[in-house]
Amino acid sequence: MSGLSDGVPVLRMESVRKTFGGSVVLRDIGLEVAPHTVTALIGASGSGKSTLLRCAALLEDVDDGEIRLDGEEITDPRADQDAVRRRIGVVFQAYNLFPHMTVLENITLAPRRVHRVPRSRAEEQARELLERLGLGGRAGEYPDRLSGGQQQRVAIARALAVRPRLLLLDEVTAALDPELVGEVLNVVRGLKSDGMTMVLATHEMGFAREVADQVCFLDGGVVLERGTPEQVLGDPRQERTRRFLRRVVEAGRL
Amino acid sequence: MTVTAGEAGRDDGHGKGDADGGDDKEGPAAAPYVPSPRRLERERYRRARARRATAIAALSTLVTGAALYLLVVHAPGWPRTKETFFSPQYAREAFPRVLEGLWLNLRLLLVCGAAVLVLGMLVAVARTLRGPLFFPLRVLAAAYTDFFRGLPLIINLMIVVLGVPALRLQGVTVDPVLLGGTALTLTYSAYVAEVFRAGIESVHPSQRAAARSLGLTNRQALRFVVLPQAVRRQVPPLLNDLVSLQKDTGLVSIGGAVDAVRAADIVVGRSLNYTPYIVAGLVFVALTIPMTRLTDWVTARTDRRRAQGGIT
Repeated sequence: MSGLSDGVPVLRMESVRKTFGGSVVLRDIGLEVAPHTVTALIGASGSGKSTLLRCAALLEDVDDGEIRLDGEEITDPRADQDAVRRRIGVVFQAYNLFPHMTVLENITLAPRRVHRVPRSRAEEQARELLERLGLGGRAGEYPDRLSGGQQQRVAIARALAVRPRLLLLDEVTAALDPELVGEVLNVVRGLKSDGMTMVLATHEMGFAREVADQVCFLDGGVVLERGTPEQVLGDPRQERTRRFLRRVVEAGRL
Repeated sequence: MTVTAGEAGRDDGHGKGDADGGDDKEGPAAAPYVPSPRRLERERYRRARARRATAIAALSTLVTGAALYLLVVHAPGWPRTKETFFSPQYAREAFPRVLEGLWLNLRLLLVCGAAVLVLGMLVAVARTLRGPLFFPLRVLAAAYTDFFRGLPLIINLMIVVLGVPALRLQGVTVDPVLLGGTALTLTYSAYVAEVFRAGIESVHPSQRAAARSLGLTNRQALRFVVLPQAVRRQVPPLLNDLVSLQKDTGLVSIGGAVDAVRAADIVVGRSLNYTPYIVAGLVFVALTIPMTRLTDWVTARTDRRRAQGGIT
């Protein structure tokens, strides 16, 4: 699967610009994500981490610039956006599970309705996924009856069920209690060792350092600094990165 | 989303007083933004697509319109239909009288609408009261909605407008307009009470919990937290019922009140030409259209304010 795309980044953003009304959220974003690597986006609240992910998932139209998935330009208005979204998994900060469906129905919705997988096979695969994420007995529950950490793991299972090429995780632990953060991060660790290509926006600097191959610091609508976790988090070149990290340390998050 | 001089100007900081200054801070020296050829090409493509879509819509509308016209005009019996239902002469005669009658419908709508909102809200709140003391009130409210939602409006009107005057009760009006308005209010309050109740129940229990945790009483929680959310959520269905009420004010004519329907009826009775009915009907339609558009607009606005933006 990877042989075909070796050398071509899974995700490539070039000069991406996105404004909301009068405010420029992304000014000039450049980013490359190699296959089977994990990229962590860090930066202050409002620095555009979520917007970047939403643009990559085609949940927002970009104003300018281009985004390529496996070398194919997905920001072209001629591109089939639904087909592109089928290849990208997204996990949201607030889970965004469908409250009127059971866990199993949440997970099998896209395989069955979009990918036309027969029900029995879709459910079998969903159960395997749940087992792997430590949610074996929860298939029949409704989301509102689960803890936050369980809900977020279901959301990850839902995104994984369609075997995406790229997984985007938007502050997936931000809404969780500290003791539930671990169970979700464990799942992400597992995905990394499976070779899943991921981009994650996060405030968990320790986790970013551990799991990421590349860390990007977003500031003022650009990727101000980009490099290995050791370099960006350990020895930042930019004054603004240093200042941001100092604030994080003061808040006790590193 | 097209590039305008305004946007390009805003970004470099001298246009429009540095509108996005909050995002720049003292950040990397912002070069003036110039839309890339890529963006311009994309926008050209989108505009071409939009033009093509407009052209197709116009053409298909024209063809459909022409086909419908030919179908109607060549249908057997069209000349007779035209004379009986679409006679300009009778339309001109009926129109001013219908409009005069319509004033009554409008007044009924306003008064009944207000009464319905109040009574409906009271019934809805009565149904949600907790505690054993309120048991009879809950039962009465439920019985009221069950009964008046099931009772055909026309029967309700006949009983109230025609039946009540026959009782010759002292101090009770025999005015068909007042009685008709009462009947309308009774039926519509039952509908609206259900709309309100659905709204109250749709507010998540956590909201009530949060309010009670602050020390608000059950009543205060209802008044300040639950009802405001419930009502806002129910505006579209409420407007829907209002549109419906507006049409049904025409039914008070069964008691002899001269509203738009009755005014048309009088002309029809004299001429045996049915154009006045069409005129009255069109006047009602013309009245409901702005109301429907208002409903759509309110719904769209609520959706916009709730959505987090983007493609949903």
